[in-house]
Amino acid sequence: MTGGCTLFDKLWDDHVVCQPEGQPALLYIDLHLVHEVTSPQAFDGLRAAGRRVRQPLRTVATVDHNVPTTDRRLPITDQIAARQMETLRRNCREFGIPFFDIGSAEQGIVHVIGPELGLTQPGMTVVCGDSHTSTHGAFGALAFGIGTSEVEHVLATQCLPQRKPRSMQVFVDGRLPKGVTAKDLALAIIGKIGTDGATGHVIEYAGPAVRALSMEGRMTLCNMSIEAGARAGMVAPDETTFAYIHGRRFAPKEPAWQEATRYWRSLASDSDAQFDRTVEIDASALPPYVTWGTSPGMVVPVTGAVPDPKWFAQETDRQAYTRALEYMALRPGTKIEDIAVDRVFIGSCTNSRIEDLREAAEVVRGHRVARTVQAMVVPGSQAVKHQAEKEGLHEIFREAGFAWREPGCSMCLGMNPDVLQPGERCASTSNRNFEGRQGRGGRTHLVSPRMAAAAAVAGHFTDVRKWNYEEVRDAAVSRA
Amino acid sequence: MQPFRVHEGTGAPLDRPNVDTDQIIPKQFLKRIERTGFGEFLFYDWRRTGSGELDPQFVLNQARYAGASILVAGRNFGCGSSREHAAWALADFGFRAILAPSFADIFANNCAKNGLLVVELPEETIAGITLRAREIAGYRLTVDLEQRSVDDGHGLRAEFAIDEFRRYCLLEGLDDIGLTLRCADQITSYEDRRGRERPFQGPPFC
Repeated sequence: MTGGCTLFDKLWDDHVVCQPEGQPALLYIDLHLVHEVTSPQAFDGLRAAGRRVRQPLRTVATVDHNVPTTDRRLPITDQIAARQMETLRRNCREFGIPFFDIGSAEQGIVHVIGPELGLTQPGMTVVCGDSHTSTHGAFGALAFGIGTSEVEHVLATQCLPQRKPRSMQVFVDGRLPKGVTAKDLALAIIGKIGTDGATGHVIEYAGPAVRALSMEGRMTLCNMSIEAGARAGMVAPDETTFAYIHGRRFAPKEPAWQEATRYWRSLASDSDAQFDRTVEIDASALPPYVTWGTSPGMVVPVTGAVPDPKWFAQETDRQAYTRALEYMALRPGTKIEDIAVDRVFIGSCTNSRIEDLREAAEVVRGHRVARTVQAMVVPGSQAVKHQAEKEGLHEIFREAGFAWREPGCSMCLGMNPDVLQPGERCASTSNRNFEGRQGRGGRTHLVSPRMAAAAAVAGHFTDVRKWNYEEVRDAAVSRA
Repeated sequence: MQPFRVHEGTGAPLDRPNVDTDQIIPKQFLKRIERTGFGEFLFYDWRRTGSGELDPQFVLNQARYAGASILVAGRNFGCGSSREHAAWALADFGFRAILAPSFADIFANNCAKNGLLVVELPEETIAGITLRAREIAGYRLTVDLEQRSVDDGHGLRAEFAIDEFRRYCLLEGLDDIGLTLRCADQITSYEDRRGRERPFQGPPFC
């Protein structure tokens, strides 16, 4: 092969333990994140085969999918959920796995706590039984979601047999305009390449617009890679990455820090690296986006209108779009800004970090949630919640009429009591607008935190670029 | 794992693109801690009306497709969540193979781990099979993993490609954790070498 290596090539080669004859490469896993929903059957499998966990101290568990977001002092009313959480508690005890339980200061959405504890670092392989594991790629890690059988495989061997995916570069030129965020960029990319546009590929996001993103923004972008079908998404680490990691609990300490950053600086695609595919996007031309349908690729600018299925060439697409319109109770040609919402959800592993909450709070400050809207903010972790409260963001949200909740996945997937009622329409900062995702019959529109906040106040979607608010203060002043 | 060699069964057409795992098995059924019993919840929101009755319109509720074991699906089948419960539900319902123009990566992996064969065929071939499954009464297909072929006994025959290792595991019904454990010494030496070269990447908890 001619040409240099991509970042992905480097991470891949560094983790190949061996390549048995006629089999896929055996890839070493540095960090395995575990949660209550996709792990019980994996632990059962270990017990049935009499196997142990090879590296319990490279494994960390928390509860996030099922947890209620109301007062943590109250007992959990959903007995099946409680049993699943208890099962994880017992499994972690039995196999010696560090566990951040519901009452701990570290609890939170697994893809929020990994980075904020400094567990996620450049150059690592990270897996979790959750498709949004791609989030951790923001640090220049190779991070991907796996199923429960693979969870068991990693527990037992700390390795996974893998065929090497193809590589794709998404080069984002220019700079995002004011009011347009990493979430809008992610939705623009999915709208352009489709929900299977990156299937079988690992995406590397590059270009000035990506370099200008904060770590929170990069996490949002990498998080949504799976919605384009990608195996993983990643951003090469740089000073922004190192500044975020420095001083966090599990980050390397001096003198190892010097050694670590020296290594991390080598983690970039060579200038002559060849990608299997390249996509280019101009960030400076992007507006805020709103999804109108039941797949993240069904997305239009906030200034646009609901499309007409007649525009699509293929019959199966026309049928799918018609079906989506029926489910969403929308007519072709309806202006996005004319769509009223009943609920607003700010949270999820896509958009529940401190910067997301700051951005939403700026828009909300001094306003009231529309009388017709029920709105909630679910911080991604206890640490995010604590930091937001230190900054007084919770007061801004509460005074405006938002519910201020305890951390968890919450209404992103509605496994806990936070669900939409049939027919309810929601502006959501989460990642999937599938039928029934937030509750059977619920209608989800994916947006950025700023756009969700503006919709809560206006009672309908509105172009946040026209909103009168003050820009965020220097995010480096405080962290979570 | 149940080996897959040759399977003959009724083909049921589900002609929709981008069927996500939230549709295959909705979230309210993910709280079970067992691997079994998910079949009755397969496509729950599509199979059942709001009041919980079977919707006669939905393909899997139609008598002609009763006992179907081969699903003929649209492109990007199984996108979304990594929940292996989707593969468990399909297998528990009685499916042994899924034919589609393309599959989401994690879903395809999960199927392979459960003896469920996913077969990628060109869009036109799937369209042809879908049409026949609708028009020909008692339409059956034979999926032959040994020959890598699909045959409907009505003149439609298609060959498919599949990763050789995945094929081998399915044919033998292999537990691939056992295979990886054969490399235990190599894993140990990898860990030792990495520990020496880059001690800062050791286990985070100690």
